[in-house]
Amino acid sequence: METIREIQAYAYIVATIFLVVMMYSYLYHLYKAEKKGTRNYEQYGNIALHDNIDDAPIENRTPSNKEKE
Amino acid sequence: MQARDALNYDYSVAKCFTYAAILFGIVGMLIGVVIAYQMAFPELNYLAGEYGTYSRLRPLHTSGVIFGFLLSGIFAAWYYIGQRVLKVSLAESKFLMFISKLHFWLYMILMVIAVVTLFMGISTSKEYAELEWPLDILVVVVWVLWGLNIFGLIGIRREKTLYISIWYFIASFLGVAMLYLFNNMEVPTYFVAGTGKWYHSVSMYAGSNDAMVQWWYGHNAVGFVFTVPIIAMIYYFLPKESGQPVFSYKLSLLSFWGLMFVYLWAGGHHLIYSTVPDWVQTMGSIFSIILILPSWGSAINILLTMKGQWGQLKENPLVKLMIFASTFYMFSTLEGPILSIKSVNALAHFTDWIPGHVHDGTLGWVGFMTMAALFHMAPRMFKREIYSKKLIEAQFWIQTTGIILYFSSMWIAGITQGMMWRATDQFGNLAYSFIDTVTVLIPYYAIRATGGLLYLIGFFMFTYNMYKTMTASKAIESEPQNASPMAA
Repeated sequence: METIREIQAYAYIVATIFLVVMMYSYLYHLYKAEKKGTRNYEQYGNIALHDNIDDAPIENRTPSNKEKE
Repeated sequence: MQARDALNYDYSVAKCFTYAAILFGIVGMLIGVVIAYQMAFPELNYLAGEYGTYSRLRPLHTSGVIFGFLLSGIFAAWYYIGQRVLKVSLAESKFLMFISKLHFWLYMILMVIAVVTLFMGISTSKEYAELEWPLDILVVVVWVLWGLNIFGLIGIRREKTLYISIWYFIASFLGVAMLYLFNNMEVPTYFVAGTGKWYHSVSMYAGSNDAMVQWWYGHNAVGFVFTVPIIAMIYYFLPKESGQPVFSYKLSLLSFWGLMFVYLWAGGHHLIYSTVPDWVQTMGSIFSIILILPSWGSAINILLTMKGQWGQLKENPLVKLMIFASTFYMFSTLEGPILSIKSVNALAHFTDWIPGHVHDGTLGWVGFMTMAALFHMAPRMFKREIYSKKLIEAQFWIQTTGIILYFSSMWIAGITQGMMWRATDQFGNLAYSFIDTVTVLIPYYAIRATGGLLYLIGFFMFTYNMYKTMTASKAIESEPQNASPMAA
C-alpha cells in the first residue's frame, strides 16, 4: 500500500513539473517565434474580422490557391 | 472545389439549429421554472400525475437546456463560424451538406425520443447521462456526424491557419466524445441476464468506480459543453461585432492549452468527503484552484478586446450581452474553485449553493452568449435587421435581475442549510432535524423561482425579437461588416 502511495506521489510531482515546463516552453516558443519573425501570431486575430468569402485569406493554404482561382 | 464566382456561405443548417435552440430553450427553461416553483410550493408536484412530478421533470429540464438549447446553439454557431473563418462554403461540398442535414434531422429525432422516454421515466439514473443504451448509440452517431463536418470543412478550407474558435470546437468534439463513450459503458440486462426490458441497462462500473467515472464525465461535460464551445463563440462573435481583433492571440493559445491540461483533472471535487480515495479528492481540489488561471486568461482576453472601445457597451446591446457573459464567466470560475476548497466544500456540499453556482454560469455566461450569438447571426442569415434594440435592452435587464435573484437566494439558502446541518448543542447532539432546514428555505426557493421566471420572460422577449427579425424586419441590402443593424 505504502509503495503504491509513494509511486503515486512521485508520478504526481513529475507530471506537475512536466506540465509546468511544457506550458512555459510553449510561451517561450510563441514569443521567440514572433521575435525572430518566423510567425506573427497577432495577425490571426484578423481571421474573424475579414471573414467574407471573397476576402483574401490571412495565410493561403497553398501558394497555388490564388492561381487556381 | 469550384471557383468563388458568386459563391456565398450557406446558412441553411445554421438556421435549422437556430430554430431548434429557440424551441428547446423555451421547453427547457419553462420546465426549469415549473420545478423551481415545485420546490417552493410542493402541491405543484401533482399537476399531471406521474408526468408532472419533480423527479420526472428535473432530467427533462437539464437535458432540455444542455442538450437541447445549448447544443443547438453550439451547432448553429459552428455551421456559421466554421464556414466563415475557414473561408469555405458548405455549398461547395455536396457530401458535407448531406452530412450536416443528416446531423440536424437525426439530432431532432434523438431529442424527440429523449423527451418521450424521460417523461416515461426511462432512465439510467446517471446525472446528465440519463438516456438508455439505444439512445446513447444514436447520440454517438449524431456526434460523429458533427465531427465529420468539422474535419471535412477543415479539409477543404482556404484559410491555412485554424482560428482559435476552431481549436475550441475541435476540443469540444473530442472531449465530449471521450467522456460520453466511457461514462455510458453499460450492460443491457435483457440480453445479458434475461431480466428487465430490452432497453434497460445497468452501468458497467460498480460503486465508487461508477461515482468517479460519472463525475469525471459530469464535471467535464460542463467543461466541454458549457465552457469550451462558448469560448469558441465569444472569440469569434465579440471581435466581429465590435470590430476589434482579440486583445492577444497568443494569450488565447496559452489559455487554450492551459484549459486542456487542467480541466479534465478537476472532476474529483464533486466527490469530496465521499468514499473515493483521498488523493482523488485532493487532486480535484488543487486542479480546480489552478483552473482559475486559464479561465480568467480567456475572460480577461475577452474584456481587454474592448480596450479603448468601452463606449460600445452603451451603443450596442449585443456587445453588452457578451461582456456581461464574460464577466459572469469570471465570476463563476472563481466561485467554482472556492467551492472546491475542502473546508468550504464541507459546508457547501449537497446544499443549494451548488445549483446557485451552476446557474450564474449557465444563465449568465452560457445563456447570454448563446442569445448574443443568435442575435448576431440573424441579420446575416435572414438578410434583415434585428427587429428591436429596445427589446434587447429590456430583456437584458430583466434577465440580469433574474440571475441576481437566483444566485443570491441560493447562496443564502445554501449557507443556511450547511450551517444548520452541522449545528450541535453543548452535548454534541444535532441542533436541528432535517425538516427544520427545509421549512426555513421556502422563502429563498420562492425568490429563486421568481428569478428563473424573470429569465424565462426575457427568453420569450428574445424569441419574439428573433421571430420578428426573421419575418417582419426591414430588409438589408448588404451584409453588415461589424455591428449588427437593429431598429430602435
